[in-house]
Amino acid sequence: MMDLSITTRDLNLWYAKFQALRQVSVEIKHGLITSLIGPSGCGKTTLLRCFNRVNERYGYVTTTGEIRILGKNIYDPDVSLVELRKSVGMVFQRPNPLPLSVYENVVFGLRIHGERHELERARLDEAVEKALSEVGLWDDLKDRLDTKASTLQLEQQQKLCIARLLPLKPEVILLDEPCSALDVDGTRAIEELLFSLKGRYTMLIVTHNMAQARRASDECLYMLLGEIVEHRRTEDLFLHPQDPRTAEYIEGRYG
Amino acid sequence: MTLHGRWEVGGGSRRGAAWSVLFTGATGLATALILAMLAVILVNVAWHGWPALSWRFVTAGTEADMFEVGKAGVFPMIFGTTARVILMTLFVIPVGVTTAIYLHEYAHTTSVLTRVIRTAVANLAGVPSIVFGLFGLGFFIHFLGDRLDLVLHPDNPKPIWGKPALLWASLTLAVMTLPVVIVATEEALRGLSPGLREASLALGATKLQTIWQIVLPNALPGILTGGILAVSRAAGEVAPLLFTGAAYYMAELPRSLTDQFMDLGYHVFVLSTQSPNLEQTRPILYGTVLVLLLLTFALNATAILVRARMRRRQRAAG
Ligand SMILES: Nc1ncnc2c1ncn2[C@@H]1O[C@H](COP(=O)(O)OP(=O)(O)OP(=O)(O)O)[C@@H](O)[C@H]1O
Ligand SMILES: [Mg+2]
Repeated sequence: MMDLSITTRDLNLWYAKFQALRQVSVEIKHGLITSLIGPSGCGKTTLLRCFNRVNERYGYVTTTGEIRILGKNIYDPDVSLVELRKSVGMVFQRPNPLPLSVYENVVFGLRIHGERHELERARLDEAVEKALSEVGLWDDLKDRLDTKASTLQLEQQQKLCIARLLPLKPEVILLDEPCSALDVDGTRAIEELLFSLKGRYTMLIVTHNMAQARRASDECLYMLLGEIVEHRRTEDLFLHPQDPRTAEYIEGRYG
Repeated sequence: MTLHGRWEVGGGSRRGAAWSVLFTGATGLATALILAMLAVILVNVAWHGWPALSWRFVTAGTEADMFEVGKAGVFPMIFGTTARVILMTLFVIPVGVTTAIYLHEYAHTTSVLTRVIRTAVANLAGVPSIVFGLFGLGFFIHFLGDRLDLVLHPDNPKPIWGKPALLWASLTLAVMTLPVVIVATEEALRGLSPGLREASLALGATKLQTIWQIVLPNALPGILTGGILAVSRAAGEVAPLLFTGAAYYMAELPRSLTDQFMDLGYHVFVLSTQSPNLEQTRPILYGTVLVLLLLTFALNATAILVRARMRRRQRAAG
């Protein structure tokens, strides 16, 4: 099944005694944009954060079940968190550029992981130009690579947060409501960017905005109370929901 | 006060207004009182101390008689006080910062060990400084020092480590100011947004890399604030030095960490209690106090300047 990027089987997750994910089994296809919708508190962020194992930051989290990314169970003991996070990048709700320059934000991953010979100035320069070009920031920022990233506009910051993943050649990019801090133009710009990255990366995007899910994603997952209710092509899910709970949600009956 | 409160002249609000005026007046008075006291002290010291200040007074040691005007000099004391403050800073910052990092980044807030450390830190801050002096004597000089002598110089009858010294006095001060640095650093760590740490971790950085490259550089101004507070607290302290390193008189400057030193604060104490003729000694006494105050300000100002520069550099370079 080489066209699957992420598969989970019977994934359960508890925050201390509270169960936030229940028997989640999904298959996320390679190279597509899959959106994750559902009412507030249903576990979208939690599920997303399982895929790069940042949930484990909290000592009180317990997980059972299996998550395979590129065929490898990421909970296997021989999995290196560092390698996992290189291939599974994450973009957060609030743009969170590192408190460094634009340039250093883009090469942070390389500096952290790179062998010495990869850290030659020329190579880094090349990586910066490539990554910033991919997200459409190069022309705007090529003369301001030394400015502090936090002084950029929010939209640029969020693009930068995507750009800094790219030098690590990720397989999957997880995005948790990446547009919720942006205005209409910023939102459109990010959506266009995601569209342009399609095919090369598997993208999983959490959104509260159903119009965005419809516009921007190929497949759509509907979650409720920690369970996956429905997972189909976006068009089908919105036009012909199979589960009555999905129908209710997309007609706008829950928050 | 809202606009309504200001313009209405109903019965209830008039009473409120009266209270408000009274309260404002009381707080203003208290502030004025404190400023007045500070001014009296500073003016008094400056007024009486100024005449004693001369190039000779601050750049030379004492010849023959430390109680006699014209023959006294406080350079050895300036040297000693500066040295012990700088040494203390070198000890307290690494230990304090490491502890704060452990508490904030590694320890579980609910664990017994964390609670014990926090309680200890809080209580340490309330211990009178003379007790730190006794602790320094008991732990550093007699426990550590005596053992070092035994191991390093078994044949030497005279103690080298097991006696009051610049090293032990500085360490004692470091223990005393530890809570200040820990609390300030923790405050700084808490102030950083959690998104910052997650951004770094999600890029595959280890916890150590995250702390070293992202968390610490951003907490630096806060850490320096802790350092500044520690310097302020330690610079004028005398009690912790009494048994641990300050000397009544020394003909020469300390040459190594195991030498004793003369100290401005302790010298003020010596001048005011040991002088055969206090009237005559008074100008030197005031002069020494003035130098102590100026030195404390100078040490603080240096630390504040360093912090300001660091902030500016952070803002510029990112
Ligand atoms: N760190 C945590 N500790 C304890 N409980 C948590 C934690 N994070 C989330 N939860 C709980 O887990 C459930 C799922 O949270 P999650 O953040 O995954 O929801 P979400 O679908 O992303 O919601 P939203 O749309 O509001 O972002 C919620 O009930 C939440 O209260
Ligand atoms: Mg969420």
